[in-house]
Amino acid sequence: MPHDDHGHDHSEMSDIEARVRALESLLTQKGYIDPAAVDAIVETYETEIGPRNGAHVVAKTWTEPDYRAWLEDDATAAIHSLGYTSRQGEHMQAVFNSPDTHHLVVCTLCSCYPWSVLGLPPTWYKSPPFRSRAVIDPRGVLADFGLTLPPETRIEVHDSTAEMRYLVVPERPEGTEGWSAEALSELVTRNSMIGTGLARAPEAAA
Amino acid sequence: MNGGADLGGMMGFGPVEDSAEDAPNYKADWEARVMGMVVALGACGAWNLDQSRFSRESLAPADYLSWPYYRIWLEGVSKLLLARGMVTEEELARGKMEIPPAPVKGCLTARDVPATLARGGPVDRPAFQDAAFAEGQRVQARNIHPESHTRLPRYARGKSGVITRLHGCHVFPDTNALGQGESPAWLYQVRFSARELWGPEASEADSVTLDLWEPYLEAAL
Repeated sequence: MPHDDHGHDHSEMSDIEARVRALESLLTQKGYIDPAAVDAIVETYETEIGPRNGAHVVAKTWTEPDYRAWLEDDATAAIHSLGYTSRQGEHMQAVFNSPDTHHLVVCTLCSCYPWSVLGLPPTWYKSPPFRSRAVIDPRGVLADFGLTLPPETRIEVHDSTAEMRYLVVPERPEGTEGWSAEALSELVTRNSMIGTGLARAPEAAA
Repeated sequence: MNGGADLGGMMGFGPVEDSAEDAPNYKADWEARVMGMVVALGACGAWNLDQSRFSRESLAPADYLSWPYYRIWLEGVSKLLLARGMVTEEELARGKMEIPPAPVKGCLTARDVPATLARGGPVDRPAFQDAAFAEGQRVQARNIHPESHTRLPRYARGKSGVITRLHGCHVFPDTNALGQGESPAWLYQVRFSARELWGPEASEADSVTLDLWEPYLEAAL
C-alpha cells in the first residue's frame, strides 16, 4: 500500500476503512487509478491549494481599486490571473460585504465550494445542520459561529446550485490604513470568505 | 429528484458543529482517500459530473442523512462502478480483481495531477440563442418534480424572484445526468426574498440567490 497504516491494527480497522482500502486496491489492480495520483491529489489540497489563495485575492481587492473592479465584473478572469485555476473554480463570482449587506455561501444540494481559492470544504460546510438552515435561518446559523448582525443588516445567502463558485469579500477591518496587502491577508479568515465570520480586527492579529 | 440531498429548509439537525476557523476538512483518514479516488476516477471518462451527483442523491434518504459525507461519495462511486460494469460486487467485497478491466479513456498519473486539477472541467458553452430573460426581470421557478437529477431545489419551486445576473450558457444538468447530452442553457442568478420563500415570519432584510437554468424558469406575471 502506498500510504502507511498510522499504527492501526487491522483487527481494529473499521468496516469502512477496510472497504476503502479494498476499493483502492481493486481500482489499482484494474488500472483505473494510480495510488500515487491519489496521494498527489490529497497532498495538493493539504499543502498547496487552500484559503491562503482566497486571502490573497481579498487583500488585493482591498488595496487595488482596479483589481476590485475587475473582480466585480469578471471574477473568473481576475482570480485566474493570480494562478488560482484549480477545479471547482472554473466559474467564479465574488460578492462584497458592505456596512448594510452581508453575504453567506452555502450549497444545500451537495458541497459545492470554491476549491481554487479556499481548498476543500470544512466538515461543517458539508453537514446537514449548515446546509439545511443557511437558507431558512441564516441568522441562527451565524449565531452558531458567534456572529450576530444587526436586524437591519441585509443578509444575502447564495445557494450554489450551479457551477458558479462564490467567494465572499469581507469588509476591510478598521484601523488598517496603510497596511500592505501581505499584512492584510493575515486578517482574512476562511470563515470570512464563506460569510460565516468577519475578517479579524488588527489587534486580534497582533 | 426529491431525495435526501435536497436539504434546504429542513429542520431538526441541531446547531452547526465544529465551526472553528481551523475546522478539519475530513473526519477520518479514509475520507481523504475517497476524495482522491473520486477525483482520479474522472480520468476514466466513465461518467460525467451530473451522473456522479445523481448517484449520491439517489441513495436512500435515511442513509444519506445519517452517513458521513464521504461515505456518501464512497457509496455513490461504488454504484457508478457497478453500473458501468467496471467492477463486480464480489470484487468490491474482496478487493481483488476477478474479471478483466472494462475499457476506459485513461488513468490519471501522478505527473498529470497538477495540470488536470488546474484545467478543471469548465461547463460554459457558446450561446446559441439569445437569453429569454434580462437582468431585473421577475421570473417564477417552475413547479417540477422530476424523478431524475435536477438542480432546482424543492424550496424554490413555484417561487418568484428577480434576475440579478446572467452567467452565460452552461451545461444543463438535468439532461446531462441522463446521458442525453449537454443541452447548454442560459444560467441566471435569481434573487428570492426570504419572505417569498419562507413566509411573513422571515426577515424582510434577507434574501437567497440561486443559480438557475432557463428551463427552470418562466416569466412571472
